Amino acid sequence: MAETGERPRVGFFTDTSVCIGCKACEVACKEWNAIPEDGLVLTGMSYDNTQGLGADTWRHVAFIEQRKPVEAPVDVFEAAARADAGSELRWLMASDVCKHCTHAACLDVCPTGALFRTEFGTVVVQEDICNGCGYCIPACPYGVIDQRKGDGRAWKCTMCYDRLGVGMEPACAKACPTDSIQFGPLDELRERAASRVEDLHDAGVTEARLYGADPDDGVGGAGAFFLLLDEPEVYGLPPDPVATTRDLPSMWRRAAVAAAALAAGVAACFVRDGRAR
Amino acid sequence: MTRTDERRAKRRRGEQAMVPEARFTSYYGMPVLNRPVWKALDIAGYLFLGGLAGGSSLLAAGAHATGRRALARAAKTGAFGAISLSLAALVHDLGRPARFLNMLRVAKPTSPMSVGSWLLACYGPLAGAAAATEATGRFPRLGALATAGAAVLGPAVTTYTAVLLSDTAVPSWHEGHREMPFLFAGSGAAAAAGLALICAPAPPARRMGVLGAAAELGAARVMKKRMGLASEPLEKGAAGRLMRASEILTATGAVLAALSGAAGSRAMPMTISMAMPRAMPMTISTAMPRAIATAAGAALLGGSAALRFGVFHAGVASAQDPVYTVVPQRERLEQGRGFSAAAHG
Repeated sequence: MAETGERPRVGFFTDTSVCIGCKACEVACKEWNAIPEDGLVLTGMSYDNTQGLGADTWRHVAFIEQRKPVEAPVDVFEAAARADAGSELRWLMASDVCKHCTHAACLDVCPTGALFRTEFGTVVVQEDICNGCGYCIPACPYGVIDQRKGDGRAWKCTMCYDRLGVGMEPACAKACPTDSIQFGPLDELRERAASRVEDLHDAGVTEARLYGADPDDGVGGAGAFFLLLDEPEVYGLPPDPVATTRDLPSMWRRAAVAAAALAAGVAACFVRDGRAR
Repeated sequence: MTRTDERRAKRRRGEQAMVPEARFTSYYGMPVLNRPVWKALDIAGYLFLGGLAGGSSLLAAGAHATGRRALARAAKTGAFGAISLSLAALVHDLGRPARFLNMLRVAKPTSPMSVGSWLLACYGPLAGAAAATEATGRFPRLGALATAGAAVLGPAVTTYTAVLLSDTAVPSWHEGHREMPFLFAGSGAAAAAGLALICAPAPPARRMGVLGAAAELGAARVMKKRMGLASEPLEKGAAGRLMRASEILTATGAVLAALSGAAGSRAMPMTISMAMPRAMPMTISTAMPRAIATAAGAALLGGSAALRFGVFHAGVASAQDPVYTVVPQRERLEQGRGFSAAAHG
């Protein structure tokens, strides 16, 4: 990593087609960032007992079981399909994380400046400044950031800001045994992802698509984007997220007009009969 | 086994669907968004009190300028009381209340909460000075300035809270962003008029009550119509009950406010009796208008409060059900109006 001059924006490319659902990313993240335990519960809905991202979960592996024919070109899958030809079960596994949006609503609405854009192009909460106002939580279109109980402040993935500072990759990417989580300069990752989608399409996996890689999407492109094998909402991701602050200028204009109308309306209530006796 | 939850977004009570029924997929029915952590009593309470304060400051300035001492005193005291309670609620809602001053660490126009903090930091002392000078009768010139200053900032205090709610990914808050400032302006005016009708009924307060209530009822109607699927949480469950209660209370308050004027017209021949038909029977005692005005004021205050709590709870409910996040976004994509080109299925 260059020590001087312009630093390239870095990010994650999470290729869910090679995720094996081992949850090493979840564990590595918890360990490295010393995130407290947030309830050891069995949900009963799937292998997913983590359920979603939050103040104490910065990587979350989703498990989706689908009754769909498996048409993967990889040998091991073919073998598995032959062994169990009657079932048409398909597993989807995906490790979700903060998207580190180009237009980050959480950062925009933070009133204290606790949320900021780092020199790596990532979005991080300064825990010594956050006063727990909670505004970033409903602002996030992905349901990533949340308030830590008993602590009161908002927490989320920092993309291991401390590790980046010394030229190391984030703990989750380091721990991923299949390179489903890839870390690097965003431009490079986008190229790599595009060619991976092409390869998959050529191999007959036509449902492969990128999510969050488009710089013209509602958040200006995500710093952490994904290769998915189904619609985003299947993975609990919003299909067309938009940074709410996109509409803010028009909201301010309307609030100003409403305020002026209110003042004029009240003034009109006094005009009619002038001064009191 | 396909565990992906497939449900239908259905309308309640078989009413005409504003949005065509949609099938949608979610991750085990779990919400896409994280639930807002704001406490209803603190934040919905603040929305109400902020509107009450802002509207009262306008009323106070009008009363001050036209020499209505009793009305001015009531409105100034009301504005200061409401904004003081607001500040307490806002600090109480923080995860780290001791760090409330961090709100003034930066000034960010992209953060409605930052704008609001600065607004309150300026408005609060003005409302305080206006109330204190009115109560003590000292420094009248300073009092007049503070009253005017509070009246300039008051409308902003009343309407910015709509931007505060709308500037989120919460469907039932964001989708109302066009009309919510007008809804909150009407609601704030109705609440301020309500307080005045209880404490110091006067013709301007009555008119403001009717006008504010009409604006509140009208804006709510338009907003719900334009919100699409996101209007559903405003009609269901606890939020729906609050919204209906608000409608009834506000409408009742407006009618009673108008009535109290008509009934009192004998006592105040120089005020509005010229315009109001003498509809009320002559048997009404002189105490009656005051009783009607008090009832009108209570109804308007209750209607305004119920509205804020209704809108607040509807937003929380919409964040907790993935249908309100996924279906409108999916429709946007399918109609080619989406932002995410890559997500086109």
